[in-house]
Amino acid sequence: MTTYSTNEFKNGLKVMLDNDPCMILENEFVKPGKGQAFNRVKLRNLKNGRVIERTFKSGESIEGADVVELEAQYLYGDGTSWHFMDQVNYEQYEVSEAIVADAKQWLKEEDICTLVLWNGQPLSVTPPIFVTLKIVETDPGLRGDTSGGGGKPATLETGAVVRVPLFVQIGDVLKVDTRTGEYVKRVDA
Amino acid sequence: MQRDWQPTAPINNLAKRADILSKIRSFFSERGVLEVDTPVLSRAATTDPFLHSIEARTHAVDGAKEETLYLQTSPEFAMKRLLAAGSGSIYQICKSFRDGELGRHHHPEFTMLEWYRLGFDHHALMDEMDDLLQFVLPFKRARRFSYQAVFQKILGIDPHTVSLEALQQAVEAQQISVSDAVDRTDQDVYLQLLMSEVIEPQLTGVVFIYDYPVSQAALSQIREGAPSVAERFEVYIDGVELANGFHELADANEQRKRFESDLEKRKQCGYPIVPMDELFLASLAHGFPECAGVALGIDRLVMIALSEKHIEKVISFWDRV
Repeated sequence: MTTYSTNEFKNGLKVMLDNDPCMILENEFVKPGKGQAFNRVKLRNLKNGRVIERTFKSGESIEGADVVELEAQYLYGDGTSWHFMDQVNYEQYEVSEAIVADAKQWLKEEDICTLVLWNGQPLSVTPPIFVTLKIVETDPGLRGDTSGGGGKPATLETGAVVRVPLFVQIGDVLKVDTRTGEYVKRVDA
Repeated sequence: MQRDWQPTAPINNLAKRADILSKIRSFFSERGVLEVDTPVLSRAATTDPFLHSIEARTHAVDGAKEETLYLQTSPEFAMKRLLAAGSGSIYQICKSFRDGELGRHHHPEFTMLEWYRLGFDHHALMDEMDDLLQFVLPFKRARRFSYQAVFQKILGIDPHTVSLEALQQAVEAQQISVSDAVDRTDQDVYLQLLMSEVIEPQLTGVVFIYDYPVSQAALSQIREGAPSVAERFEVYIDGVELANGFHELADANEQRKRFESDLEKRKQCGYPIVPMDELFLASLAHGFPECAGVALGIDRLVMIALSEKHIEKVISFWDRV
């Protein structure tokens, strides 16, 4: 297994910490004038997304994490698992509900997602930044209301609920930003 | 990578850096402190367990037997030999080298201002440090706290009497999460962790911390008492450590003991065993004047003067060497 010394730490490096794969977000070398040098490190736990801080002794080594990211096409979901296919080698991956997590509300068949594997097993799924989805349910907007302030909720074909302007109707196709869950614009179907 | 030939510091910053250096030289010139220039390469190295010297392979003449010399981690030993030889008060602005130190406030090769004042103790030298900083930086005068006072004020701990268990609890209470490789039996490691993680961020403006635990004396005199303290001080500006000074130890036997105990610690830690400076020890044995000395990181001083957040903005080629 690869190990990394603190002097190889850099942002984005994937390492094992407390038995979980983590990614380094920040690394600061700290040294009192007389005394032991430290590395003050901020990491994201790639399993649960939590950010942790840890102070390392400078020069110590920790194990690298076998984490890879790949582009995968979403094939289908059967309610208990979600299926993806590696765009390069066509290998298929079955992803559980716990791991697909919040991404599932954006997943439309044939969309290309980012799949993160840890030791060859799915660790997380990130949907495309922008998705194009059809509205299946929303209140009819009040014609002539141009105040534009409030908006209304709309349910999309994948189950996600987003706030949309009043003029948007059932059957319309929307572009949505999955990072924020916000409506971007109406798309001509 | 094509752009890496360019300096990391804006040229304008280098001009301001030159201004600061010229101000420092005029400060010492007005006070009659002699500028000196000592070798950066030495056959001896610092024994400080946490300072790593860079080695150079040299040949005195072409074809001579290869010899290992060390790049200085500070000009201290050579300057003290000048003091023992009767130089009077001296200062130097020079390059120093510390292996493995690279970061927002570090570069393995850096510029140091070091000066020694005959007849001064660490308090008199702090007065002069304050004057110098007033001369080059737009800051109010320094506030001074003893090491004990600052620990008591911020953490409610007496650093001279606290137990290892109480220190461990304090580190936990501050939610400092430390990796397993950090030595959990060393009181000083915990004190330094609390200093750098908790206290330093709260030191705003110019702060001098003085009278350190005896275990962190380095090359300073010990003042016997209850508790005994090391007559050492550190300068912080907005939490950034800028300088370290001593009421200098003049006792050759005590100095040798400290070198030996450093080397013992190096052995335990698995660090290279380096030759201690016998020429420096001989100069102490010859007779060393009562004095205080301090080393200040010029790059950090310029960084603070220019309100830069990263040292690369004041060093011509940070890591692009």
